[in-house]
Amino acid sequence: MSSLYSVLLNWNYIVVIMLMMAGLYIIISNQNFIKKLVGLSIFQSSVFIFYISLGKVSGGTAPILTGVSDTVYSNPLPHVLILTAIVVGVATNALGLALVVRIHEAFDSIEEKKLLALKIEDGHQENEQKDNKL
Amino acid sequence: MLILNNIPALLVAIPLLASAVVSVLPSARIAWGVAFVTTLCCLYMAFELTEIVSASLTLSYAFGGWEPPWGIAFVVDGANVHLVLLVAFISVIATVYALTTLKHEIAVEDLPKAYAVWLLTIASLFGLSMTGDAFNLFVFLEISALSSITLIALGAGQDRRALLAAYNYLIIGAIGATFYVIGVGYLYAATGTLNLLDIIERLNEIGTNQAAVTGLAFMLAGIMVKAGVFPVHIWLPAAYSFAPSAVSSLLSAIATKVAIYYLARLLFGIFIDTTHLIDLFLLFVLMPVSVIAIFYGTIAAIYQIDIKRLFALSSIAQIGYITFAFSINTHSGISAGFIHLINHALIKGALFMAVGIFAIGIGQRATMNSLRGVGRQMPITFTGFVIAGLALIGVPLTAGFISKLYLFKAIFETGNGIYVAVIAVSSALSVLYLWKIFEVMWLQEPLQPLKIEKEPVLACVSLWLLVFTIIIFGIYSAGVSSYGMNAANALIGVR
Repeated sequence: MSSLYSVLLNWNYIVVIMLMMAGLYIIISNQNFIKKLVGLSIFQSSVFIFYISLGKVSGGTAPILTGVSDTVYSNPLPHVLILTAIVVGVATNALGLALVVRIHEAFDSIEEKKLLALKIEDGHQENEQKDNKL
Repeated sequence: MLILNNIPALLVAIPLLASAVVSVLPSARIAWGVAFVTTLCCLYMAFELTEIVSASLTLSYAFGGWEPPWGIAFVVDGANVHLVLLVAFISVIATVYALTTLKHEIAVEDLPKAYAVWLLTIASLFGLSMTGDAFNLFVFLEISALSSITLIALGAGQDRRALLAAYNYLIIGAIGATFYVIGVGYLYAATGTLNLLDIIERLNEIGTNQAAVTGLAFMLAGIMVKAGVFPVHIWLPAAYSFAPSAVSSLLSAIATKVAIYYLARLLFGIFIDTTHLIDLFLLFVLMPVSVIAIFYGTIAAIYQIDIKRLFALSSIAQIGYITFAFSINTHSGISAGFIHLINHALIKGALFMAVGIFAIGIGQRATMNSLRGVGRQMPITFTGFVIAGLALIGVPLTAGFISKLYLFKAIFETGNGIYVAVIAVSSALSVLYLWKIFEVMWLQEPLQPLKIEKEPVLACVSLWLLVFTIIIFGIYSAGVSSYGMNAANALIGVR
């Protein structure tokens, strides 16, 4: 019982795991390229929350010097790291969305099944062209 | 002195700043000039760096005067000093090659921006090969992933499938990088530090810790995605086959190699293995996976018609050789892995360059059908291509032979004969796909006259520079093999 209790007490990590699995599931199961990027975003956010919970010290305050000698501070380093990771995540999403725009222009679709079919068709066409030239 | 003292920082900073300058330049030629001068500067600094490190063994560079473990440190030691030199050398040659080939594949007005992203990739690869900070590595990992995705997507001018390849790489690469960050979080929670050297010390103090083991597992999974190790390689063949040929040769030569180097550092350099977890991982995960990779890559390449895809698949097999050498888990195994890391970078770079020149010559994608008789029409390129191909098989007097020699030596030390068969059979199989290409290109009649009047001079020069290096390393192997020894010494101690 006590182990279950301690798991429930750390409910923030349960949230992290749920978000992580939800994100990964969306990436794997969804056909739509934009929805895949949304899944990626959720997946990355779960890691942000993981880091932010790591840095929290219970009873700790913001890491700004208070002048009182026995103040407990939260650890600011994971929070700063996640600031960097958020920027990286934004860049990844921006590039991904830009690619989706280009894919839509080139293939007129952003559904994975249709794109796969088009891709295979491209390959066949290429081979046929060469056979004709022979 | 100012330059000499700050080489690790400058190797990243100079290409990074130059890429900002290049992106606003109006003319493609000037942009290329700036990029070329930048890579030349990097090569000079990398040479200086090898001299400094050979004198003092380990160079630790603290950014902004913040001493590690508080600040971010760049660490250059026996394991990565020649990797830095390799990155610098390949980037100079690939830049020379890019001048004549990129303009055939990318719209002229996009060229300055393409060179900007090109320099960004090079800067991030320098950062990846030198950083001693686990989180800083993630940042460089993402810079290199995003910039190489952009470069791959530039292949869309030739073939729209490049966009899909780039998108797949983005999704898979981002999942891999996020896995790596989760791992770093676990290690940070267990040790309270991000500096790799400091992590080793802390882990020594606290002993084997479940959080640290979990963290390491996540980090390994993430890095294996970037390195193109077998089950998580699926982004690699499409990405390398649809990218512009200069990009393919740059990325296949050094981008995966840098990730493999870091994989070795994680496996051998970080964890003091009290419970033999790493040994078990090497024996029961990495070794079987590498053997499958070797056979999968080689056999898939035999049935492949598209030449660039063929060599991308053979890259998976070659990466399999490197991880196989690591999984032997001895001093000579690790040094064999590092020797093949260098040699394969040269060989695969040269092969992709040659295929790119052929593709320009015939004005379409290089396939088994379209390349008929091209060897007779482009003899200079074809000769270089054949030598690099022979090196891939492991014929004596080429660098590939040295790799195989040290790999066999490492295997014989373990006394297990099955592994010898694995390498011998897979080398024999790789003869099949290379012979198929040689036959089509040399023994069959040319289909049509070439689209260009003569073979592009600069592209041939850069191809032959790599080919000469392959031959030199095949004859005077002392330099490369001593690098392998030094790398193994730096990672698991002198034996």
